[in-house]
Amino acid sequence: MKNALVNLVNISKSFDGQLILDDLNLYIRENEFLTLLGPSGCGKTTTLRILGGFEKPDKGQVIFEGNDITNLPPNKRNLNTVFQKYALFTHMDVAENIAFGLKIKNKSKSYIDDKIKYALKLVNLDGYEHRMPDSLSGGQQQRIAIARAIVNEPKLLLLDEPLGALDLKLRQDMQYELIRLKNELGITFIYVTHDQEEALTMSDTIVVMNQGYIQQIGTPEKIYNEPENAFVADFIGDSNIIGATMVRDRLVEILGARFACVDEGFGENKPVDVVIRPEDVELVSPAEGTIQGTVTHLIFKGVHYEMEVAANGYEWLVHSTKMHEVGSQVGIRVDPFNIQIMNKPESEDEEAAHIDE
Amino acid sequence: MNKKLLSAPFIFWSVLFILVPLCMVFYYGLTDKTGAFTLNNILAIATQEHSKALWESIKLSLISTVICFLLAYPLAMILSHMNTNKNSFIVLIFILPMWMNFLLRTLAWQTLLEKTGVINSVLSFLHLPALNIINTPYAIVLGMVYNFLPFMVLPIYNVLVKIDVNVINAARDLGANSFQTFLKIIFPLSIPGVISGITMVFVPALTTFVISKILGGSKILLIGNVIEQEFTQTGNWHLGSGLSIVLMLFIIFNMVISAVTDKDGEVNAL
Amino acid sequence: MMKTAAKKIYIALIFIFLYAPIATLIVLSFNASKTRAKWGGFTLKWYRSLFENEVIMQALWNTLAIAFLSALAATLIGTIACLSMQCMKKRNRTILMGITNIPMLNAEIVTGISLMLLFISLGIKFGFLTILLAHITFNIPYVILSVMPRMKQLNPHTYEAALDLGASQLTAFFKVVFPDILPGILSGFLMAFTMSLDDFIITHFTKGPGIDTLSTKIYTEVKKGIKPEMYALSAIIFVSVLILLILVNYTPKRNGNHKA
Repeated sequence: MKNALVNLVNISKSFDGQLILDDLNLYIRENEFLTLLGPSGCGKTTTLRILGGFEKPDKGQVIFEGNDITNLPPNKRNLNTVFQKYALFTHMDVAENIAFGLKIKNKSKSYIDDKIKYALKLVNLDGYEHRMPDSLSGGQQQRIAIARAIVNEPKLLLLDEPLGALDLKLRQDMQYELIRLKNELGITFIYVTHDQEEALTMSDTIVVMNQGYIQQIGTPEKIYNEPENAFVADFIGDSNIIGATMVRDRLVEILGARFACVDEGFGENKPVDVVIRPEDVELVSPAEGTIQGTVTHLIFKGVHYEMEVAANGYEWLVHSTKMHEVGSQVGIRVDPFNIQIMNKPESEDEEAAHIDE
Repeated sequence: MNKKLLSAPFIFWSVLFILVPLCMVFYYGLTDKTGAFTLNNILAIATQEHSKALWESIKLSLISTVICFLLAYPLAMILSHMNTNKNSFIVLIFILPMWMNFLLRTLAWQTLLEKTGVINSVLSFLHLPALNIINTPYAIVLGMVYNFLPFMVLPIYNVLVKIDVNVINAARDLGANSFQTFLKIIFPLSIPGVISGITMVFVPALTTFVISKILGGSKILLIGNVIEQEFTQTGNWHLGSGLSIVLMLFIIFNMVISAVTDKDGEVNAL
Repeated sequence: MMKTAAKKIYIALIFIFLYAPIATLIVLSFNASKTRAKWGGFTLKWYRSLFENEVIMQALWNTLAIAFLSALAATLIGTIACLSMQCMKKRNRTILMGITNIPMLNAEIVTGISLMLLFISLGIKFGFLTILLAHITFNIPYVILSVMPRMKQLNPHTYEAALDLGASQLTAFFKVVFPDILPGILSGFLMAFTMSLDDFIITHFTKGPGIDTLSTKIYTEVKKGIKPEMYALSAIIFVSVLILLILVNYTPKRNGNHKA
């Protein structure tokens, strides 16, 4: 917990008797790009609002730079928020929007003017000072919302699904823009999204949440390659999640066939879940495969073909650059290090977890 | 093509029953009994009797509008923060009272305000000085505020509930305290509703003749009373129309303002 | 916590202010004394004599008939107007909306006398018909005001989808558009009915000598003293509407009740 900027300690929060966050603990390092990722209702936005000061936790503490700010109102916190749907002040022009926080702090006019220029340059909107928010496109409004927040030089910027309202191309451009901004400003970003691709692209650390619990914390690579449970595996990217039995170390029985793997320490004959990414499933001739099946669906996706293969009672999702016609017999082979073994979920909740987006 | 035809009945109705009648008021107002053009009916506003009535009307309706605003804004704010069902609130404050006749409701204030009325009985029970405002301008103002308050609350409420909570949160996030947030964000954003409310209260208050008749005794003549008398008692429609034209200058001014601030006509939506 | 208490007190005071006269009238309807000024003991006699008072009953009938018919006509004209305005050019629509709003923004007294002058020059005999025409005129804006927002929320593609699926224009309207705007139409009708019921000023200028609504009847009685039967009648109307509202609000909501 060295150089932790923010520390959330035992945070619980419920609305109308419904538990949204249950004893959440999380620390955020300085200069980190941390993403809270999860389906809607997982508690990610509530976590952000508690950080921003718009909600008070029922239990627990928010520690910011070593001080307890749990009961501090939003206007007293040295952090700023970029809101969903921008929340610009429609009765003020762009410059007045950006100047709002600085005027409140009674900064000098020349200081404010400099800051407006600087912020607009930073978000590539020089010369937009006197436009009204309504006359700007969604992407431009988003940049103004960011500019309005960063001129206050917060230690921490909270972003609540800021790209949610933008179309795909713009969203991808803005992702790069945000990474650039973060590097230029050298401040900590906490980013909330339900879009796994966004999270994987931008983050230093991803926190996957579901139903008020943290499911896994890790780098994008770790989250993608080594999901700790079926929920994470299913939420991040496409995957084949199959119930299996760990026969012994380095050997797992999937759908009645034995596969070599690299995991150890699960015990003998222990029920587990395995995750195999669709791009890791190799289709070979039936004789070469560990198990055999029939191709049932085939879709061309551009970079690869997406196929479904019925084998041993399971529809395997396969991504491959080689095409196999529907109806053809194939063998399935998986490299040992591409089989990710996970413990069965411990709580009913995780088992029942569904992804609604 | 047939969709264009659909608007026919409404356009016909609007022309016949809205525009033509207004033109007739102008026609009568600008002619004398022989049908000759004259400005005398309009200039008649300058006579001492009429200008006094107009001045009194403007004064009382302005006071009422200000009081309505002061009472309505906090109410609208409180209501916009509550999770009340909007419909039930409108019904309770706005529609349900109307089922008790407007004249009777105003008349009931006579009973409440009379020297030996309900309010004074309560006051004397509390050993407070009696309130003798019946048949004074104060009673008229009270009647106006009572009757037109909902017209002020509703448009302000409509604007306030539409303000995105995150806009308010953003102001707080940028360092504004609750007072600054109100002054710089909430109030400026609610101005269309306020203006709409002001026009909705000012016009009926300016032109009423019933409230003044019931609560003002016969001593206080408002411009509405003068016009009403010209039509129903004196029978000088030309003079009545002329004075109405003067009144309409205020009303047109009001309409223009409300048209400019409420382009979508949504502020007054019920 | 202090704040919430203050808020509640404030709301309570406003409601007392708005409802005190109504309570007073209901109390007066049980007052045995004929004058408003003093309490002569509890009685139900005004409720009995009310139903024998033909003048009041006739005025009641006129009021209800005019309110119902004018609300109905205004709803029809107003709804059709909303429909047609949807496919108009923006400029034309703005002009038409402006004209629509005139009776609402204009002073009632001016609307009243302007219609009176119109009816005189058209030579229409003053009576039930003139009142009805006047009420339809000032009711239309209220209907449009309550239907228009619904209309705007309407997804235009649902209508097109219905046409695409083979419905005729009329079927598409009644099966797809109409159910969606129905809540607006109903509330517009109720609004118009209520406005008509409560109107005095415009009725005052457009009524003939032989006919009275409750409002005009009360107005002529103001000077002589209101007949206590009038209080009884008002109390009955008010309380029945109140009960009706409570019933509507407490019956389980049907699915049709979209989020308002």
